[in-house]
Amino acid sequence: MNAMNHGNAPVWVIADQEKGNLLPVTPQLVGKARGLAHELETTVDVVLLGDGIEAHARSLIAAGAARIFMGNDPELANYHPEVYSGVIVKLAHEYQPQIILMGSTSVGRELAPLVAARLGTGLTAHCIDLGINQDGILDQIIPAYGGEITIVCPERRPQMATIAQGVFPAPELDRERGGEVVSIAGPFQSSGRMETLEVVIEQPEGIPLGTASVVVAGGAGAGDETGWNEIVQLSTILKAGLGCTRPAVDEGWADLESMIGQSGKMVSPDIYLGIGLSGEQQHMVGITGAKVMIAINNDKKSPVFSQVDYGVVEDCRSFLRVLLEKIREYKEQKANN
Amino acid sequence: MKIVVCMKAVPDPKKASDIKIDPETKTLVRRDVPMVINPLDRHALEEALRIKAENDAHVTVLSMGPPQAGNIVKECLALGADTGILLSDPNFGGADAFATAYTLAMGIKKLGDVDVVLCGMASSDGATEWVGPEMAVMLGMPVVTMVKEISGYEGQSWEVKAALENGYRRVKVQLPAVFTVTRDLNSPKTLSFSGIIKARKKSITQWGFTDLGVPAETVGVKGSPTIVTEMRPVENTREVLFLTGSRDEKADQLVQKLVEVGVL
Repeated sequence: MNAMNHGNAPVWVIADQEKGNLLPVTPQLVGKARGLAHELETTVDVVLLGDGIEAHARSLIAAGAARIFMGNDPELANYHPEVYSGVIVKLAHEYQPQIILMGSTSVGRELAPLVAARLGTGLTAHCIDLGINQDGILDQIIPAYGGEITIVCPERRPQMATIAQGVFPAPELDRERGGEVVSIAGPFQSSGRMETLEVVIEQPEGIPLGTASVVVAGGAGAGDETGWNEIVQLSTILKAGLGCTRPAVDEGWADLESMIGQSGKMVSPDIYLGIGLSGEQQHMVGITGAKVMIAINNDKKSPVFSQVDYGVVEDCRSFLRVLLEKIREYKEQKANN
Repeated sequence: MKIVVCMKAVPDPKKASDIKIDPETKTLVRRDVPMVINPLDRHALEEALRIKAENDAHVTVLSMGPPQAGNIVKECLALGADTGILLSDPNFGGADAFATAYTLAMGIKKLGDVDVVLCGMASSDGATEWVGPEMAVMLGMPVVTMVKEISGYEGQSWEVKAALENGYRRVKVQLPAVFTVTRDLNSPKTLSFSGIIKARKKSITQWGFTDLGVPAETVGVKGSPTIVTEMRPVENTREVLFLTGSRDEKADQLVQKLVEVGVL
């Protein structure tokens, strides 16, 4: 779709639910969308698909939505790429939103490109901020190359972006606020080329990163499995959530689920320890509001040292061995006193 | 079975932090960062080669990039791919994810009768994950992203496990289809000497803009819905205090610091 007269076209948020529970990213995006819509003198609509989700329509109106397009149907209970993207694309053609925001969740990061490609428009991945520029166009900010870059979609509409959970705060709910719920009728059928047989939710191991008050994050500087294991030991002994940068995932030391940053998890610990990592923006933007930040890196010129409170210039592998020993000694002494 | 693996040449992720935004010019300063196979695409190729070893499959590697990206395609041939195609043309330059997906999709259409398209779930440089699913839309194929296991092949129907935040989904898909893969899928093998020797006989096909027969406004910077309007370096966010002394003394100070802030 091309930009025509999108003066008062609405700002959309696609809601994200898992087994009927609304994910926190959705109200966060509605809150941000409301700010953008205010600047554009328009309103926020939410597309809410699932089964048994009526209650969420009320809470999303309380979060700032003026209108909810609700598909509440057993056929929509589980995410289906064809069905979900089909519903959203059809609605987008009919109601012509100027902006569509989606969560960088596992569903959102598959669904967003399907919708964008079918609408023939641009899509910016994992934004860390959004704003409206003087031309009324959405500035989409992402971290890159030790800084930030602004991306815009100047002509085609809608302008689309994904945003991770925790980038924007949860809005205050106003239960008095009124809004409209538009029911979307089926049938919701797919071509049958794809079928979800089962959705399995597993309990994550260890201390959940998202809520940990201490986070230990490791990067390429670990060098190998042995070096990585020392970072794991440090996180265990400090009862910290264990995070990592992309190189640690690429090396196979850590899971994708533990990656912190723009395309991973957002964390907000009191204390952050970054070990053997270079302080790339893609990682550092994932840490918000930490009271104390500490980094260990063998290169004094590493960019990580301009983003922390305390720095240790040492090879993390040999340093961690000493540090772990001293922490154990301290704990033993403390236990004996 | 005809398998296409889409491959991106990326700056070596271990050295990618050498590419910086110049604070004065607000443009990129690129030191000599070598180009390597996007790590996740390497897992896609490995899976294709595994399927080839078990079934009768032909593996084509398809990459879009500058002529130097040919080295990456060559490396894939040495790893065991049968055919290598490089989509390279000045007209393709400056493509965003959408235009890249379109150009690759047109390359796949030109190949014809493709059963499976594999690629990494993300690129290490742009960190977008859009090329796989957008190609699928443009090719009219179903797609499963973040595949961590291909658990069943039954003719034209595959069963895969795809990662979710806290778990996975099992999905059954009719071929032809696009799959984007995670690193859990397999452990890529390293280059072998015999592979390098065999690859000497294989040549890379290069397709340019005219070979694809598409309108100029659909590729490269013209075919890209999005553009970068500004780059800025991030300023120091905190004032660092370096712990000093011997390694032992630094460790003592750090333990003390951890006690002060209540971690120990």
